[in-house]
Amino acid sequence: MLDNAQMQDLALQVRLDVLEMIRAAGSGHPGGSFSAVETLVELYWNVMKIRPEDPRWTGRDRFILSKGHACPALYSVLARKGYFDPAEFLTFRKLGSRLQGHPNMHVLPGLDASTGSLGQGLSLACGIAHGMKLDDRESRVFCLLGDGELQEGSIWEAAMTASHYNLKQLTAIVDRNRIQLDGTVSEVMEIEPLVDKWLAFGWDVVVADGHSFPSLEKAFEHCAQTPFPSVIIADTVKGKGVSFMEHTFLWHGRCPDDKEYDAAVGEIRGGLS
Amino acid sequence: MNDLKPTREGYVEGILQAGRENSRVVVIEGDVSRSIGSASFGEEFPDRFFNLGVSEQDMLGEAAGLALEGFIPFVGTYGVFLAGRAWDQIRTSICYMNLDVRIAGAHGGVSVGPDGATHQALEDVALMRVLPNMKVLVPADSNQTRAAVIASLEADGPVYIRFGRNPVPQIYTSDDKVNIGKGNLLKDGSDITLVACGAMVSLSIEAAAILGGMGISAGVIDMISVKPLDRELLVGQAGKTGAVVVAEDHQVTGGLFGAVAETLCRELPVPVDTVAMQNTFGTSGIPERVMEKYGLTAIAIAEKAKRMLQ
Repeated sequence: MLDNAQMQDLALQVRLDVLEMIRAAGSGHPGGSFSAVETLVELYWNVMKIRPEDPRWTGRDRFILSKGHACPALYSVLARKGYFDPAEFLTFRKLGSRLQGHPNMHVLPGLDASTGSLGQGLSLACGIAHGMKLDDRESRVFCLLGDGELQEGSIWEAAMTASHYNLKQLTAIVDRNRIQLDGTVSEVMEIEPLVDKWLAFGWDVVVADGHSFPSLEKAFEHCAQTPFPSVIIADTVKGKGVSFMEHTFLWHGRCPDDKEYDAAVGEIRGGLS
Repeated sequence: MNDLKPTREGYVEGILQAGRENSRVVVIEGDVSRSIGSASFGEEFPDRFFNLGVSEQDMLGEAAGLALEGFIPFVGTYGVFLAGRAWDQIRTSICYMNLDVRIAGAHGGVSVGPDGATHQALEDVALMRVLPNMKVLVPADSNQTRAAVIASLEADGPVYIRFGRNPVPQIYTSDDKVNIGKGNLLKDGSDITLVACGAMVSLSIEAAAILGGMGISAGVIDMISVKPLDRELLVGQAGKTGAVVVAEDHQVTGGLFGAVAETLCRELPVPVDTVAMQNTFGTSGIPERVMEKYGLTAIAIAEKAKRMLQ
């Protein structure tokens, strides 16, 4: 198991990978990738049972990236876990690449679903949890949701299903960075109070600091024990890690130019231990 | 052909048989299981029956998740809401991943009758046919619907099966099988070919008899497999007769007529006409009266065929 400093270094590496992919592609979503980095690193290094050498191992835990546009962060994590060669980062979003603009499970090992159309991942995760329950397997399923994504009504249909059928195998994580494409979530379409909403839907709710590994670790430990479907509201910063990308909708889906790229890489490298 | 039965009864028989033969078969319902009749699956297999309430989008996503875990989910509710409201779930979460989900669209066509326009699926075949990886079956009677359900178990990827509420004559026996991609030549003809699916198949058989009385030899194809279309059967019969009328209880665009016209215009351009809903919504009424109002009758098919030959 890695110590906290090593985990933080990994998170910085993932951010560098994300920038490299988006820069090579000329497009992509840095803001929502950066806000999800620590959650993904915690999941893939400390929480999920996986076998990168056997990606379709039946006993594995499943992960659904419902906010599919954050895939550069997931691709980085999968490559760093050994599912494929990081050299492929440079093919992101290009013709013939396994690193599609949004995840395609049929071409890239390590992906448990193809996603990208917001609002669909939680239903997929419920179905997977149902399947695990029917097969009486110990596995768990994790689903990462964007906070803007919670404006999709289908999310709340799935939220009802999870509690009605008591799918305790399921843990959702809401990447609460409070910003979506057009502006702040509260300006565009308010979704708060989130804790009350999930509680009202019958879920066990934990609020965590989505950029703190100890906080995330504690939250995931709680969710592993609860007899209910669980959700971690991970408080995060959109664009986390690059000062000029933080707290702004401008970097939801934008590629940095040369100068911005160098500045961003410099800032992230400065944090490496 | 005197034994009248709604095709949805065949669906229920099919899923019960499938459930008994294959323990991976699960059924997802959306609060219409007592209407469709699939509640009986829940009584026999309570652990493999999920009623998700009135939530079509979640039903399809849930089915995709179960299919990812190796189950074969049958998702049943009214076709309007399946194919329409949950279309994006079907596209991205099912077809894009090519998952083994079976989508059962009830209440197909204006033959639904009294429920009226909101509940009569008239665009579902078009909406499903356009999706990559999707197969589309429109069975003509309850025996064929049961056989379609059983045939779908062997298919790779998603299948849409459309059925109706109104009792229709039995054309097939309980021994007849369905082969996805194959139609059935129910009657050979030399002057014109009638191509139909679903409730319009028995009406086309009637139409062929009417035409026979006028000295016109009309063949009848039951094109249960709208996608993949039985190209060989269609082109063979079209070549032999030189004219085709397509009959379907569906909008005129995008359904069986579209599939037939797309195929023939490339492979064997012959005159093709249609009996279908003419870009309009349906209305309430006794099924037979509603079908008459929109010209979905044996006489209308026969008249169309006769006009084409003049």
